[in-house]
Amino acid sequence: MNDRPAVHIKGVSKQFKAGVTALSGIDLEVRPREFVSLIGPSGCGKSTLLRIIGDLIEPSAGAVEVNGKPAHRARLDHDYGIVFQEAVLYDWRTVAKNIALPLELLRWGREKRARRVEELVELVELQGFEDHHPWQLSGGMQQRVSIARALSFDPALLLMDEPFGALDEMTRERMNLELLRIWDASGSTIVFVTHSIPEAVFLSSRVAVMSRRPGRIAGIVEVDLPQPRSARTREEPRFFELVTEVRERLAAGGLELEPAEEAS
Amino acid sequence: MATIAVERPSQTWRGGAAYGAKRSALVAAGLAAFWGIWEAYRFVGERAGITWPFTVDATNMPHIHDMLSALTKPLQPGGPRLIQLEWHWALFTGKEALLGFALGGAIGFAIAVVLAHSGILRRGLLPYIVVSQTVPILAVAPMVVVGLGTKGVKPWIAVSVIAAYLTFFPVAMNALRGLLSPDPRSMELMRSYAADRTAVLWKLRLPASLPFLFSALKISATASVIGAIIGEAPASIQDGLGGAIVNFNQYYSTGPERLWATNIVCAALGLFFFLVVLIAERLVLRRAPEHVA
Repeated sequence: MNDRPAVHIKGVSKQFKAGVTALSGIDLEVRPREFVSLIGPSGCGKSTLLRIIGDLIEPSAGAVEVNGKPAHRARLDHDYGIVFQEAVLYDWRTVAKNIALPLELLRWGREKRARRVEELVELVELQGFEDHHPWQLSGGMQQRVSIARALSFDPALLLMDEPFGALDEMTRERMNLELLRIWDASGSTIVFVTHSIPEAVFLSSRVAVMSRRPGRIAGIVEVDLPQPRSARTREEPRFFELVTEVRERLAAGGLELEPAEEAS
Repeated sequence: MATIAVERPSQTWRGGAAYGAKRSALVAAGLAAFWGIWEAYRFVGERAGITWPFTVDATNMPHIHDMLSALTKPLQPGGPRLIQLEWHWALFTGKEALLGFALGGAIGFAIAVVLAHSGILRRGLLPYIVVSQTVPILAVAPMVVVGLGTKGVKPWIAVSVIAAYLTFFPVAMNALRGLLSPDPRSMELMRSYAADRTAVLWKLRLPASLPFLFSALKISATASVIGAIIGEAPASIQDGLGGAIVNFNQYYSTGPERLWATNIVCAALGLFFFLVVLIAERLVLRRAPEHVA
């Protein structure tokens, strides 16, 4: 079971209708319990790749397997949860009901749902906010609801598309720590899209560095920082070495991050 | 961003007696201002001999207190007071309008649900739905009354159908817009859960459409009353407000205040329908304050 990759991307390419090649010849294996970040400049197709893993769009060539199944089957089997840059909460639903949405779709009973929601609210530390509506929450809290919702049905895989991109730096660093704690507690595999180098290094077991036009994987950086990581991790020399390595890989891909993005 | 950005809207509108009193005072002030302007215009107009856009005199602009006092007097000596008659007419027309509102709302929403799920039907049928509203209701009404009459349908139900004809359109248009309003991310989220069309409809499209739907229902509430009043004329119905208006119109020169009094009752009926929808909206929608009308 554990030697089977959680995500297996085999020769995936994607052309859009306008003739734009978004992705070209992507091969990547993500092992169970791994935390893999996809990093690259805007337009390198990292979000497209994440959507192909989730079977939200189809590749033009190649195939993706999730838990040993074709991506389409995996989606129908609810094998993954997804978190977008925006929290995408339904604002007519309370926090508790937003978290319970996938469980309703899976036809869980009312009591079972309530018990699960209680656990998740505790996990993402939103006790006392169960009956609030999304517009009553800060951006960071909304994103925690979104994460709880993605974890609600206990999927083996979590796909995250720049989930903290819209948050301020301090909230983002705190959310990074929380995500690692949640990752550890939930035992899931995470594929994480970001354009922040420090964020990728801090969170990941491996960082896949992508270049653009066409989007391809320019290199993989193994992050050998010890687990569990803490706020201190960001101050270790090895952290800076790895940040530098990722940055150089990005540069070797012929492209730097835009300054504004690198800053975040 | 603050943890608690805003109060729940339910707390502001249920805000208690103070809010209600303030609101009532504003409405009363508005009515008083209208009364004052009406009487002032008539007072000045009669003395200055204003003839444009109409001659200002007792026939064209009866005193508002005359309209109100007409309600308290019987039409014929020994008969019931006008207000009692108006009450029965309003109940009758209200019954027609209510059925029309329900029919039109249900049909309009059903059309919206069908069109929301098919781009082909949307492109194919939408023009005809729009055209249906460009045909004058005065032309459609007799056809409906006669057509349904030969099928043995009661005249008041035919009038409801005419009211529904005016009602379904805003509901169909707005509900369609509401059902199509969820953003691509919300749809993608549903897709990630492998949710089928029915689930997407119930869990996403329908709740997202509610603010749009209620906007439409507010328009339709008054439109159904108008439809019922207009529909009574070709149906030759004497028991409702429409029949009364036709009647009082013929005797306008001798008793203009009776027609005006009936207009006031019609307006009150329309307002009542509107307020019922408004209250329903407030009860159903729990939204950020900017989404609450």
